[in-house]
Amino acid sequence: MSDQRDAQLAVGGSGRPAQPAALASFDESPVANRPPPLLSVEHLTTGFDIGGQFLPAVIDVSFHVRPAETLCLVGESGSGKSVTALSILRLVQRPGRIADGRILFRERDLRSLHERDMQKIRGAEIALIFQEPMTALNPVFTIGNQIEETLRVHGRATRRTARQKAIELLEAVSVPEPHKRVRDYPHQLSGGLRQRALIAMSLACEPALVIADEPTTALDVTIQAQILDLLRSLQQKMGLALLLITHDLGVVAEMADRVAVMYAGRIVEEAGVQELFADPRHPYTRGLMASIPGGAPGTRLQAIQGSVPPLGELPPGCSFTPRCPNRFDPCPTAHPGVTVFLPPGGGSHTSVESGGSHTDFHAASRGLRVRTEGPHTTRCYLYSDAVEPDVREAERS
Amino acid sequence: MPLLDVQDLVKEFTRKRGILAPASVVHAVDGVSFSIEEGETFGLVGESGSGKTTTGRCILRLIEPTSGSVRFKGEDVLAFSRQRLREARRDMQIVFQDPYSSLNPRMRAGDIVEEPLIIHGVGAKPQRRARVAELFELVGLDPSQLTRYPHQFSGGQRQRIGLARALALNPSLVIADEPVSALDVSVQAQVINLLMDLQGRLKLTYLFIAHDLRLVRHICSRVAVMYLGKIVEMGKTEAIFAAPAHPYTRALLSAIPVPDPTAPRQRIVLDPASFRREAPLRDVGADHLAAV
Repeated sequence: MSDQRDAQLAVGGSGRPAQPAALASFDESPVANRPPPLLSVEHLTTGFDIGGQFLPAVIDVSFHVRPAETLCLVGESGSGKSVTALSILRLVQRPGRIADGRILFRERDLRSLHERDMQKIRGAEIALIFQEPMTALNPVFTIGNQIEETLRVHGRATRRTARQKAIELLEAVSVPEPHKRVRDYPHQLSGGLRQRALIAMSLACEPALVIADEPTTALDVTIQAQILDLLRSLQQKMGLALLLITHDLGVVAEMADRVAVMYAGRIVEEAGVQELFADPRHPYTRGLMASIPGGAPGTRLQAIQGSVPPLGELPPGCSFTPRCPNRFDPCPTAHPGVTVFLPPGGGSHTSVESGGSHTDFHAASRGLRVRTEGPHTTRCYLYSDAVEPDVREAERS
Repeated sequence: MPLLDVQDLVKEFTRKRGILAPASVVHAVDGVSFSIEEGETFGLVGESGSGKTTTGRCILRLIEPTSGSVRFKGEDVLAFSRQRLREARRDMQIVFQDPYSSLNPRMRAGDIVEEPLIIHGVGAKPQRRARVAELFELVGLDPSQLTRYPHQFSGGQRQRIGLARALALNPSLVIADEPVSALDVSVQAQVINLLMDLQGRLKLTYLFIAHDLRLVRHICSRVAVMYLGKIVEMGKTEAIFAAPAHPYTRALLSAIPVPDPTAPRQRIVLDPASFRREAPLRDVGADHLAAV
């Protein structure tokens, strides 16, 4: 921990209105080579009307994704990450509904669009890749038919050109013998090939943003590696923005530029990937990292006690309190606001070109992509100005 | 003498292709041999379709193997009569992967754990209830939850119920088939800790079947890597992770995503031409065999 070197920009303890001001002013700082966000989610709240009550699954969630960037949304089951993805595409089914917030895509608010216009965006501009390729593909049509249908519905091909285009797409996602596979039904393909076919379908209309919800969770680790490599190379070729939803911190480390950690419906920490792994701040993020098997064989793992609270049973105050090893006085009373840490050196962006940070330099020298850095934020009283500094310090150490 | 000794285990499934086409034979397990010493945690690793789960089930004869031998405490399990097999299963238990489908949803948690005691005629009702409460505490569940139904428990708690049931008859061997792969990461660690604690307290021997290599490396003393029904590499865990000898093991290890964004990535893609499927296991180091 190196709190001294961080210029701490703590934003009020309970103030939801304080958050956008701080984040916005941060983003407006002059940074070279930073395109504006393709997607901005602002204060999204989505929940379910059950038994006359509104049970929130996603609470006041804000994040953005820039072109050609990968944002990983990490969390365990029940953290609200899939509901967030469905909210963006307005695919949340009754009794679920988006209760609040804005979803800006290419500066249009998707929430206020007519359903007809929304249909044009789904699949064409924003594509969704699901976890289980077997359920996302229609078993009674060949994969060729399904890719062609996507192309024709969005006016990207005619009946005559669609077949050829489908073969090209299968080729682009490295399906062997695409001219034969195009006539196969989903059940004739292996899990890895099905996921490739699904990716081919989602890329058919050259979307600007791909939302991938646990795209490799159902696959074997060697196939997962191939699919991740494929997503990365397609991203580089096509400049795709990728919102990748996963529970696997290994996948995050390989794929992300930035990471948002979700717990019980809220984003509890957000940072550039290097920064998050080098210096996780929220006790939940630290717990997640510590529970990965890795230390000396046979030693006890650092488990997080308890389990994720079910929908509608959020504890009062910070939702992580009952499981938190660092909980103290203010935690069960109110939910903490956002604390922003500036990256080392006070700059808002580090890169090799501008002298850069240590980790960036080493990453670049190993031939890795240099990650985009941004502000590091967390929602935790350990860092909140709402708590006396000496109390904070005592709890943190 | 090893606690469990498996030699040349074979399981073939025949698949009918249609009424006229000849049936095809799938070698799910194709000549697998390994042995497990008492108190050891032996890992059986592989991807889907490698035959690891079928191997585990053949040992308990939940699936009847086609050929081979399984010796448990020196006795030939495959020669057991139905009666003798039932007795032997008190000593060999299995924990299944999915805590959501492996517990009967219409039974209360206490009854689920008590059931094996009833089946094997252990004790009278009061003793059994006392044993169930003891088992609940052993696996870290609150005995006040005995009368709840499985759906009222979280995934991690359900897996604890499955474990309590498996331990009810004091087995010496527990076959754990992907016991934590359906659980969240933070809860996974709780269950793994519990498995390690229980092993120390109850002198258990584990056959740990898994696809998660990070986990296997953490808890297993020895490992066998399966690929398409055969063991392609076997030995001390550290030896295999430090110097994998088989091309498949190398590819598998290189595919694990490392939770460190600064780690160098070097993906090794498996070249099926780089090894012979029929190659026998041979010594490549101290307690380290590979089919190369």
